[in-house]
Amino acid sequence: MKTDGELKETDTGVKVKLYYTPEDLPDFDYETSLGSPGKYPYTRGIYPTMYRGKLWTMRQYSGFSTSENTNSRFKFLLEQGQTGLSLALDLPTQLGLDSDDPLAKDDVGRLGVAIDTLRDMEEMFDGIPLDKISTSFTVNSTASIILAMYVATGEKQGVSKEKLRGTIQNDILKEYIARGTWIFPPQPSIRLIGDTIVYCIENIPRFNSVSVSGTHICEAGATHAQSIAYPFLTAITYINEVLRRGYQIDQIAPLLSFHLIAGGIQFQLFQDVANLRAARRLWAKIVKERLGAKEEKSMLLRFSTGAMGSGMTEQQPLNNIARIAYYALAAALAGSRSFNLPCFDEAYGIPTEEAIRTSLRVQQILAYETGVADTVDPLAGSYYAENLTNYFEKEIEREMEEIESRGGIVACIENGYIQSKLLGQAYEVEKKIQTGEIAKVGVNRFTIDEEQREMEVFKVDPEVLSQQTERLNRVRATRDKGKVTACLNDLKKAATEERNTMPYLVDAVKAYATMGEIIGVLKGVYGEAEQPVFI
Amino acid sequence: MDRERPIRVLIAKPGLDGHDKGAKVVAKALKDAGMEVIYIGLRQSTDSILSAAVEENVDVIGLSILSGSHLPICRELSEKMVQRGIEGAKVVVGGVIPRADVQVLRDLGISEVFRGGSSFDDIIQAIKKIARGAQRQ
Repeated sequence: MKTDGELKETDTGVKVKLYYTPEDLPDFDYETSLGSPGKYPYTRGIYPTMYRGKLWTMRQYSGFSTSENTNSRFKFLLEQGQTGLSLALDLPTQLGLDSDDPLAKDDVGRLGVAIDTLRDMEEMFDGIPLDKISTSFTVNSTASIILAMYVATGEKQGVSKEKLRGTIQNDILKEYIARGTWIFPPQPSIRLIGDTIVYCIENIPRFNSVSVSGTHICEAGATHAQSIAYPFLTAITYINEVLRRGYQIDQIAPLLSFHLIAGGIQFQLFQDVANLRAARRLWAKIVKERLGAKEEKSMLLRFSTGAMGSGMTEQQPLNNIARIAYYALAAALAGSRSFNLPCFDEAYGIPTEEAIRTSLRVQQILAYETGVADTVDPLAGSYYAENLTNYFEKEIEREMEEIESRGGIVACIENGYIQSKLLGQAYEVEKKIQTGEIAKVGVNRFTIDEEQREMEVFKVDPEVLSQQTERLNRVRATRDKGKVTACLNDLKKAATEERNTMPYLVDAVKAYATMGEIIGVLKGVYGEAEQPVFI
Repeated sequence: MDRERPIRVLIAKPGLDGHDKGAKVVAKALKDAGMEVIYIGLRQSTDSILSAAVEENVDVIGLSILSGSHLPICRELSEKMVQRGIEGAKVVVGGVIPRADVQVLRDLGISEVFRGGSSFDDIIQAIKKIARGAQRQ
């Protein structure tokens, strides 16, 4: 930690003064710099009443091995008064592999529910009316197929498309950088996202068709400013794909939402908050000035926040509950609409029920015991917070310009520039933690001889693979094979001719074509991404 | 003085999980420590890992597993090593590994397990020791 006169370099490299004064905000003007909550440029929040009107949504990510287990869990949650469901899908489903694919065997039902055909989706929502709930699906490469199944399930329940509500993550570009569930090369993947956005504009106006994510790239080494700049460039890429098809920005922008970082390995309370305030202001300007939106609702940066496992230490795991609480505080001070907190046992395995519940209690304590939700944007007007917000706005713009000057986000992913850059940054942070230059309590400060205490660890039911494979075989044996073949042929033709694939996907899933069969057809047309290996 | 050749390490991510920062950061640390590192990337089957290890003539195979599927993967890997007659190959595993599974992995023939919180130095020293042992065999 260097001290340079009165400037101190923080762990993220941002330099801060000993204290701030009005001189640090020379051009500050309340109306243009902040605006009241719900007013352009939305620095203070996108709604006039924020948490007084509606608390943030308390959603913890969870998945259950099979559709039957998930169905009973969902029914329990709905009885408890929860109205939003967040669904984890297993990796084979996210990668378009059927559960009996040899590559899938160790991952079926492990990190979420397995969905091979429409039957799984129908059983998962059996007795749960889709017009009464909203469902959030963490899925990217196969998002359009999952959306098609959701539409078909609604139709079988007699729920028309325009009544469906929910979110699909559907953000492919960050998969090549950080999360790894890509299938096709970037260009056809962007086209598929365009198909889903257009389908939502035309048919499902209340569905968030993309959740552009900045959290995963932080796990891979992105800085605060990059964690906003890259998602913004990504969102603009998807928007351009739809503008190209003749739609208007005011039809597209309201369907996009973001999932941004609050917490994690590079957490700095005030920097995290300022970064998100800056993001809200900059996005409003980009959508209005650069993309030409006319309607206010297009300019709102609707974001949830999350932090993932990498900030959680293996050493003295209960210390992580304190870290989680500070992440939650940052999210609340930044006006996030929904928090996804990590769990204290992330370094040990898939979080247990107890750990998930504790993270939920952290949110509830913050919401109901601390008073943090009583007034909107409480840091506004602080010389420090506003100075940092201005700083991050400029930094985000600088990071965007850097990537654009190198040919844009797609080119910088295809040639590995971003992956290499983030890896270098992640490596430096890790080295600084290991040498103690960045403090981590319990890791390089205040350590103890770790107890050999056994943590309770989440276990996957070993029967899931055989059960799911049997279900799949039953569907294969009873469906109309001629219809499946015809639907897959139609899909292939539509994809080849670059027509919107969504209606054909809906027909194919209704004929009980499997995830693997559908992805197989699309791979034949689009090809497969080359493995991006950059060290 | 007869200089020993650099240690060669193959790093792979078996299974379908795509979070590879840990694998790549460790690969970089091993490179900086003077080792030759071959990173073959995501979604590797046990067969593709063993074929690459033989082809690249590596001293140590490093697997990064975060999804919880380390036991079935390592069980299959050790069976395939026996089938291929390379049961002496040295394998280390890193990732999200519960403490209780460390001995199970060792019993499957895994030379070393690096749980969350392992330092680069721990990993480098352990791999050097294992690789020098393997080179002498």
